[in-house]
Amino acid sequence: MSSKKPCTPPDSDGVPNKTRRDFLKKSSFLTAAAFVPVTVVNAAVNQWDEKLASVFEKTSLHLEVNGVPLNLSVEPRTTLLDLLREQLNLTGTKKGCDRGQCGACTVHADGLRINSCLSLAVTNEGKKITTIEGLSKGQELHPMQEAFIKHDGFQCGYCTPGQIMSAVALIKEGHAGSEMEIREFMSGNICRCGAYPNIVNAIQEVKKGGLS
Amino acid sequence: MNQFQYVRPAETSGAIKSVALDANAHFLAGGTNLVDLMKMGIVTPERLVDINNLPLKKIENIQGHLRIGALVTNTQVAENKFVKENFPLLSMAINAGASPQLRNMATTGGNLLQRTRCPYFFDTTMPCNKRVPGSGCGALEGYNRMHAIFGASDKCIAVNPSDMNVALTALNAFVHVSGPKAARTIPFADFHRLPGDHPEQDTTLQKNELITSIDIPTAPFSKNVHYLKVRDRSSYAFALVSAAVALHIENNTIKDVRLAMGGVAHKPWRLTATETFLKGKTVSEDTFKQAAQIAMEGAKAYEHNKFKLKLAPNTLIQALKTASGLTV
Repeated sequence: MSSKKPCTPPDSDGVPNKTRRDFLKKSSFLTAAAFVPVTVVNAAVNQWDEKLASVFEKTSLHLEVNGVPLNLSVEPRTTLLDLLREQLNLTGTKKGCDRGQCGACTVHADGLRINSCLSLAVTNEGKKITTIEGLSKGQELHPMQEAFIKHDGFQCGYCTPGQIMSAVALIKEGHAGSEMEIREFMSGNICRCGAYPNIVNAIQEVKKGGLS
Repeated sequence: MNQFQYVRPAETSGAIKSVALDANAHFLAGGTNLVDLMKMGIVTPERLVDINNLPLKKIENIQGHLRIGALVTNTQVAENKFVKENFPLLSMAINAGASPQLRNMATTGGNLLQRTRCPYFFDTTMPCNKRVPGSGCGALEGYNRMHAIFGASDKCIAVNPSDMNVALTALNAFVHVSGPKAARTIPFADFHRLPGDHPEQDTTLQKNELITSIDIPTAPFSKNVHYLKVRDRSSYAFALVSAAVALHIENNTIKDVRLAMGGVAHKPWRLTATETFLKGKTVSEDTFKQAAQIAMEGAKAYEHNKFKLKLAPNTLIQALKTASGLTV
């Protein structure tokens, strides 16, 4: 379970070294100027410099995802959402708007619900991430998952992983006191099918049962 | 999203040094606005200086001021016991904005620097003087329902989208910034700008300066306060109009008052003339109606936002009534 690896910022004093990308840009320019072979010109046209450079510019990232410590290498522009879905094959977390407007991508980072689409993966160094796949204990569903099934808290199901992650956090935050409060503090999760009344019922049942 | 260098300094001085090395470098805090703008190709930094490891995460009481570190998240401020008891207006305003997920990520400093939500700013195929200076304003003769009624210019009629900023301007906050030169303190009212001829500048923050904290002076606004936000749906939408009201009432007389509005100008819109009018007056609906008239002096609407000329005074009156206990 230990992901408490030392934080390894790419540059601890904040002043970057001249990058490999700069070097590659210049070196290929010099090569091109000296020989001008067709392949090098093509390389420039196709921005292979950029692509090659990106390989070197991946940043190390230590994360614990659903209890599993991971040592990863990611491009800094990769969002946490894309890391989960594309690199770790955890496709339970959904990409809806990809702009922080729908909540389908909601996951927990160190226990707090966040929009994984607006979080660059590298900024989560050392954090514990929980996705919808991490809620159940083996075959035993989380009480919130059970409640969503019982109360029919969905139709198409696309927003559901985000709704459930948000709902679990909501109860821990202490904002499930009334229907109005639940609706206000679940407003970051949009459901196009309009399953809101059933979602509220599911949350209220879990709240009453003291299960979370 | 374009490629960029990523650095994560541990010291404030290192972060400022790092951002100063590149003309196209940006600080990254919560990322809720910047990452979105980067995805849209509106901001294309060569380098991101991640400031999340900087020691700017405390809420503390210092000599009659509440000091909120720039990296304290919106949730942490809104849920802070001292803030809730002494500055409930701030908690209300923060909770009126965004969603719980976004408030868990968004920081105090970052909230101050939120860019406008004007659709012409976000649409890179449209002219926008804020995004590309000199390209024109798409909103001026376009669809301007969400736009300003105060302080706009013929270069830009966008509004500041933040709720927190409206409360902070009412609370006379101060912004502490560090930079390559000496650290300085900016009164909140001077932090955000009106568009004038340079709508590309949202604030008076200089290049390479970093917000380190925000101070709120102690004030007797723990009880009669209200933040009323009117929007197209009941939650998770930007304001059409909002009003922040803080009253200090003794024996039904208004001893002190602070008023500001959101969704109406390029900066959080402080209503100082209206405050002067209300000071010493007895609490009554009639007084509040007169106050709202004063607040609307100089308002100018565009083709699609004429409704704000009615909505804004009504919002202010309702917020004053709720804050003073005239209506619940």
